[in-house]
Amino acid sequence: MEFLSNLQEQLSTAYELLAAGWGVQLLWGIGWTLAVTTVSMAIGALLGSLVAAAKLSHHAGLRFLGESYTTVFRGEPELLVIYLFYYGGTQILTGVARSTGSIGSTDILNMPSFLGGVLAVGIISGAYQAEVFRGSFLAIHRGELEAARAYGMSAWLRFRLVIMPQVLRLAVPGLGNVWQLTIKDSALISVTGVAELMLTANKAARSTHHSLLFYTVAGILYLVMTSISTPIFDKAERYTSRSFLRPK
Amino acid sequence: MPANLAAAAKAAPSSDETPAISVKDLRKCFGDHEVLKGISLEAHKGDVISILGSSGSGKSTMLRCINLLETPDSGEVRVDGELIKMKPGPNGNQVPADIRQVERIRANLAMVFQSFNLWSHMTVLENLVAAPTHVLKRPRAECVEQAEELLKRVGIWERRNYYPPHMSGGQQQRAAIARALAMNPKVMLFDEPTSALDPELVGEVLRVMRSLAEEGRTMLVVTHEMGFARDVSSKVMFLHKGEVDSLGEPKEMFARPPTQQFKQFITNFNK
Repeated sequence: MEFLSNLQEQLSTAYELLAAGWGVQLLWGIGWTLAVTTVSMAIGALLGSLVAAAKLSHHAGLRFLGESYTTVFRGEPELLVIYLFYYGGTQILTGVARSTGSIGSTDILNMPSFLGGVLAVGIISGAYQAEVFRGSFLAIHRGELEAARAYGMSAWLRFRLVIMPQVLRLAVPGLGNVWQLTIKDSALISVTGVAELMLTANKAARSTHHSLLFYTVAGILYLVMTSISTPIFDKAERYTSRSFLRPK
Repeated sequence: MPANLAAAAKAAPSSDETPAISVKDLRKCFGDHEVLKGISLEAHKGDVISILGSSGSGKSTMLRCINLLETPDSGEVRVDGELIKMKPGPNGNQVPADIRQVERIRANLAMVFQSFNLWSHMTVLENLVAAPTHVLKRPRAECVEQAEELLKRVGIWERRNYYPPHMSGGQQQRAAIARALAMNPKVMLFDEPTSALDPELVGEVLRVMRSLAEEGRTMLVVTHEMGFARDVSSKVMFLHKGEVDSLGEPKEMFARPPTQQFKQFITNFNK
């Protein structure tokens, strides 16, 4: 009985804290998390397709560069890459700005936290996406590429009409996986000061001393985001692979 | 090479019509294995040439050298009199000198493949419209109209909005032939078009090919269909170990095989 009334008390405190403004802050946190993830995915898609192309190239030098990229950025801890970009970026920016005299010799020019964060997460995401794109390209039926050549298509037309649509189709399941990884990586950029969900939960937990409450709520919110994306990617997969599913 | 050019220059004025395809002294090695040992072939407008030979005789490789899906090591290919220009490549092999020229010529040499190779993410209709609109840059509406006509002709108009993986092999191959026709090609190249089909589906594809031959299309057909070679084609070419073993008029060739190899080849087939 005492336990129940205790729980009731706990819940009402939680409600008060969330209603007092932390709830809205957490919602903003979700917004920033989704923004960071989306922009990072886009940067990763661009880098990933270039790296995949490099890894598939006939040119040994390009292949080496592509291999190095995926080896390094999949092999390093994400947090290290973020520190490297954020603090390293700040150091480089400050050095350049001081030497050109645009800031004083003791001033510091910070790496913009959002930019530094999405670049770091995007580069990591790109390493995983490169593997997804490469695998998808290799899964295209060789004969279809040959037919595209035999019908006089230029390299660009072959890419646009045959390779890209098929790579996208085959890549959707893998990209869903990378999207989940990237949502989770986005929590790490709280160290740069972007007020995404992790940082907001952290702030709330520290200033109210209700760590259990806020980390649990944040945990649930992350789980909601990652599990909502599964059916969305499933649907996208059904759409893009419609030519291979049994017709109704 | 200069010797070949000289021979070609000598040969050109003597024939009053430019051959649709002219292949001279084609050679090709895969590693140490010499697949083509100097093959020459001439196809005039309206010719239907069946290219026969056991597996490994080089017949598919020869066909694929004509539209540069394989790069010949030496020799020359002319389409409608136009020489496909080659230049020395980085590894001592030769490579096409002008890829635009190759693409333009390929668009005139529509190919039908053993495994159909329709683009699986496009509907049948889109398969027929893609290359004519993007490669030949013809207006889309006109291409769609022509595509529908062609699909009616090969008997799969009802399937125009199907995706290739949803159709039988025979239907896919008929769609692939329609895709080739949609290019209004000067020459059609068939690379074992019935070899991947279940026996009961071979007939429907051969009927379409026969009707193309009857309307005077120029066709090079690599095939194992002896009936087609004997009854439909205007010439039969028999390759043996990378060389032209015999070439002639089909009735004559089958009635009186000119070489021991060809005789043995058709005997094995009739077993």
